[in-house]
Order: sequence, then structure tokens, then C-alpha cells
Amino acid sequence: MPEDPVSSPSDAAGSYHASRDTAGALVIRFLGRLAADNASSIIRELDSLLAAERPAMLIADLGELRQIDDFGVVVLVGLKKAMGTLQGRFEIQNVEAGVSEILAMHRFVSLGQEGGAGRRRSADIFSRLGARTIAALRETGYMLQFLGDTCVSSWHVIRHPRVLRLGDTLTNMQRVGVDALPIVGLISFLLGLIMAFMSAVQLQQFGANIYVASLVSLSMTRELGPIMTAIIVAGRSGSAFAAEIGSMKISEEIDALTTMGFDPHIFLVLPRLVAAVLVVPFLTLFSDLFAIAGGLLVGITMLDLTVNNYIDQTLATLDLFDVALGFFKGAVFAALIAWTGCLRGFQVEGGAVGVGRATTSAVVSSIFLIILSDSIVVVILRYWEW
Amino acid sequence: MSNTEAKAGLETKRPMSGEPVIQVREMTAGYGSEILLRRLTFEVRRGEIFVILGGSGCGKSTLLKHLIGLNTPLAGDIVVNGRLITGHEEVLPQVLRECGVLFQGGALFGSMTLAENVALPLREYTDLPEAHIDTLVKMKLALVSLSGYENHLPSEISGGMKKRAGLARAMALNPQILFFDEPSAGLDPITSAELDQLILHLNRTLGTTMVIVTHELASIFSVADRVIMLDKRAKGIVAEGDPRHLQEHSKNPYVRRFFNREA
Repeated sequence: MPEDPVSSPSDAAGSYHASRDTAGALVIRFLGRLAADNASSIIRELDSLLAAERPAMLIADLGELRQIDDFGVVVLVGLKKAMGTLQGRFEIQNVEAGVSEILAMHRFVSLGQEGGAGRRRSADIFSRLGARTIAALRETGYMLQFLGDTCVSSWHVIRHPRVLRLGDTLTNMQRVGVDALPIVGLISFLLGLIMAFMSAVQLQQFGANIYVASLVSLSMTRELGPIMTAIIVAGRSGSAFAAEIGSMKISEEIDALTTMGFDPHIFLVLPRLVAAVLVVPFLTLFSDLFAIAGGLLVGITMLDLTVNNYIDQTLATLDLFDVALGFFKGAVFAALIAWTGCLRGFQVEGGAVGVGRATTSAVVSSIFLIILSDSIVVVILRYWEW
Repeated sequence: MSNTEAKAGLETKRPMSGEPVIQVREMTAGYGSEILLRRLTFEVRRGEIFVILGGSGCGKSTLLKHLIGLNTPLAGDIVVNGRLITGHEEVLPQVLRECGVLFQGGALFGSMTLAENVALPLREYTDLPEAHIDTLVKMKLALVSLSGYENHLPSEISGGMKKRAGLARAMALNPQILFFDEPSAGLDPITSAELDQLILHLNRTLGTTMVIVTHELASIFSVADRVIMLDKRAKGIVAEGDPRHLQEHSKNPYVRRFFNREA
């Protein structure tokens, strides 16, 4: 019955033979195998064949098909779908037992009848606005609850200092403080150097070289020292806190702590919080010192100042309040960084993506909180005229 | 044991041949100076379900990692699908394309939906049109009874479902060899038995060679054609063969105790 061959490419592993039968239907005889290795080329050829022929009826003859897998089934589903869009009929003929079993296994009859794979539909703007608002309120609620938990457990630790995990606190002090010292020192030194450089260009015009020492020491001790240190600590330790606690959360370690009767706050948050609050102020002092050293280097090499001159001027500019202010800011920033890092860690949901998001968010929110609280301090001090 | 009977019915159609598809020759494996497995030699034949078993800490999972090239042996050779992979990292990508691996927890990519997870190798390694990939992904997920979960994220489904989705992804390219790391771990008995049936079914219909690391006795008796048993103290193979035969006739009392679940 098949006559008038339309096309018949040959393939070593498997192929097909297309022809028109007497009734005008397009008959495709599949030969050999129809599987993962030849499916995509056959799909392309048949697509162009169908586009050229546009038959009203398509018959897939599987009589000489020896082997088929799910890729092969997809070829047949594709034909069925294509005939659906052409509003023609599609039939399969001469299905052998082995092939029939595979078709049944993949429920060939029901395949390709629904539309394309349903994507996640995005909701309209009002639903999204509502969802975002609810999420923001929930998060605020959680933050307040977390803040409350931190306060309660801090109070508990103040009343019973022995419950604080001393070993963890010391380890964290080392990680947050000692390990950060080289990078804080280097960055502060370079910052002092740059500030001295830039201000010298202006001050030299008035012969006011000596004020480079005042400028570097005052701005570093009161403002930039604490802020730079805090930003480095946020990047190094705030992110680490969030990632550590977040990974513990997704591997159910925090649930384990709770079931064993430990308060996760006292166990995880407080050692980090206490460690950071204890060491970051000292880190800030080191930062001030290194920045002044950077300024000093510029002063003696480029501005004809002597070491004595420079140090005298620095001491005359700074009073104890400035140093204490930087020290105090260091403690405040440390509390914010540690608290935010732990909060973001506890908020982790899902898997690796959640941990990544928490880490980013920990750094970004701590830097924001650092700058915000610093501005508040500046405004208060202005008001009190210090 | 109804599973065994069901298996006997399938056995006639098993696409097994004597040709070895994985050969391990005189392989020594370990970490640093600690040797876990010493001078291991065995082979896996095409089309068989091969089970690696042994007590905890005997190096089962380590051996699996060596077979798929994640770890390099301290000495010896591993040949997969006719290609020597030890010392020839350049052939690994090609060899691994012919293999699928189901990790213990499924190892799905958390940022992608189940459909995207399964579609990833199809998009990357075939030039099927997108519409056909969608159909194929649906079929693969239907095969592991996950129809309707195409758009779920891994974090939204249970452990057993993750494992089945991981299997769908491992099978995406119809690999010649499938590796399973503890397929029954953490599954309920029904799901675990269903997974065994699926393994048998895939082996029978597609002729896929299966290498399974497990210590689940029920699962071993229902699927395994051949097992090797590793032992921590011997640092190597203490038994090899048909598990039903070993259960009754092994000369090694430890092996008999293992198969008969005795203390």
C-alpha cells in the first residue's frame, strides 16, 4: 500500500521512511531504533517534513521498530501534538508488544493532550503588594521577637554569668578580633596615608602642614576608625555568623539544641555577641593607631614635619573624650553586627540559596545599621555641643 | 518473600551479558595515610544490578566516589565503560555523561524547580527542542510518581520525593550505568520497596547497569544480582556472589551473620 515515497533519510542506528498511502494519509514507518541518540535529529527532520506536507492524517507505523526509549516516545508525542495544531488526525499502527509496553509505561495515550508545561504564574500587582506587606510585617514581628529573646537571654546571662559558654566566646573573640587585626591595620594605615595626602594638597597652600596631624587623628578616632573597623568586621564576621547559624538551621542542628533543652540564644547568639562587643572596641583603637601611623609617614616624608612635631600636634588635638567616643561606638557597632548576623542566620529557610541570601543580607543590613546609628550619635553630640 | 518471586519472573528478560562495564584492578583507597581499602579487584558486568555492601565505615561510599571519579585512588586502576579513568581526568566528562548518580539526599539544586533540575542535563547535552524537553521532563517525573510536582522547589517536598526527583534527574539522559548511594536510607518501607521495583523495572526495560551502595537487607535480596561485601578490618572484599547463596553457604561467619541479621 505505501507508494509515492516522500523522504527516507538513512541512519545507521535507526531511521524512518515517509510516504503517502492511497487515501492520502502520510505514513511514517520507523525502522530499527528510536532512542536518545537519534531522537533530536529525527524530530527536526519530521518537523520540516510536516511543515512542508501539512497532511490531514498521519500514521506512524511502528511495525519495524525494534527499540524505543522515552526519547523515542517524545518523538511520537511531538508528532501527535503537531497534528493537533494542524487539526489533522494521528494514529499509530502495528505496535509490537515490547514497544507497546514502553508506550503504556509512559502513558502515551494521555501525553501531549494538555498544553505546554504550566509555568508558575506571577500574581497581579495587588496580590504581590499584599504578599510583600504581609511578609514585611511578619519579618518585623520576628525581628522584635528575636530582639526580645536576645534581651531576655542577655539578662539571664548577666544574672547567671556561668551559663555563658566561655570556650565559644573565647574562640569567637579570636576570630572576630585577633584574626581581623592584620587586615584592619593595613586598611587603616592606608586610609590614614590617603587622608594625609589629600588634605596636605589643600593645607600646604596655607602653610598649614601641621594641621594634617589634627585632621587625620581627629577624623579617624571619632568617625572613620570605628566605621571602617565595623565595616570590615561586618564583612568578615557578620557574614560568617549568618552562614554558620544558617547552615545549622537547615541541617536541623538548632532544632536538636532546642530538644536537648538548650536555649539556642544562649548557646549561639550570646557567645558571638559578647565576643564582638568585647573585642571590636580594641580593634577600633588599633585602627586609630595605624591610621595615625599612616598620616605620620606622609607627614615626615612629604610635609617636612618631624616625628615629634606630628605626635605633639596629634596629642594636642585629641582629648580622652574623642578616643572614648570611638571606643564606645566600636562596642555599639559590634553589638549591631553580631545581632544582625545571628538574626539573619536564624531566619534562613530552604537550602544553600537561603544561606547565601542571609549572608548578603547580614552584611548589607549591618552596614546600614552602622551608618544609621553613627548619624544618630553625630546628631546627639551636635545637640549637646560636644 | 514475594519480592524474590517477582524478581524470578523478571530474570528471564534480564539484559545481562558477560561483558564487564566497570573494572577495578588492585585499587587502594584511603585518605592521607589512612588506608580504607587495600588492593581491591572486582568487575561489574553490563546489565546487572551490582550491590556494594558492608557495615558502617567500611568504605562503601568511598568506593562509590572512586568509581565516579570524585576521588582518585592511591594506587591501582579503574576502567569504566572501556575507558581508564585513573590518571586520565580528561576522559571523565565523557564517561560521566554515560553515568547517572543518585546521591543520598537527592542533591537537587535548591534554586531550581524539579522540572528545571531534570531539564538541566537535557538542555545542556541534547539539542531537543524546548517543547519536547518539557514533555520528556514530565515523563521522567511521572516515572518516579512525581507528576504534578514539576514546579515545586526541592525545599517544598519530602525526603523521599527529593530522592525520587534525584533519580529522575540521574536518569535524564538514559545513562548506561546508574550509581545509587544508599537509595533506601531515610525512606519508609513502602517507598523503599517502590524504589526497588523502579530500579528493577529500569534495569529490565532499559538494560541499565546499576551499582548500588546499601546495607538494607530487604532491598539487597529483592534487587541484587551480585554483591560484594566490604569489611573494615580486612580492608577489602570478604564475600562476593549471589546474596541468597551467601546467606546460606558463606564460609565466613561474619558474612552469614550480616545476611541473617544476627548480633
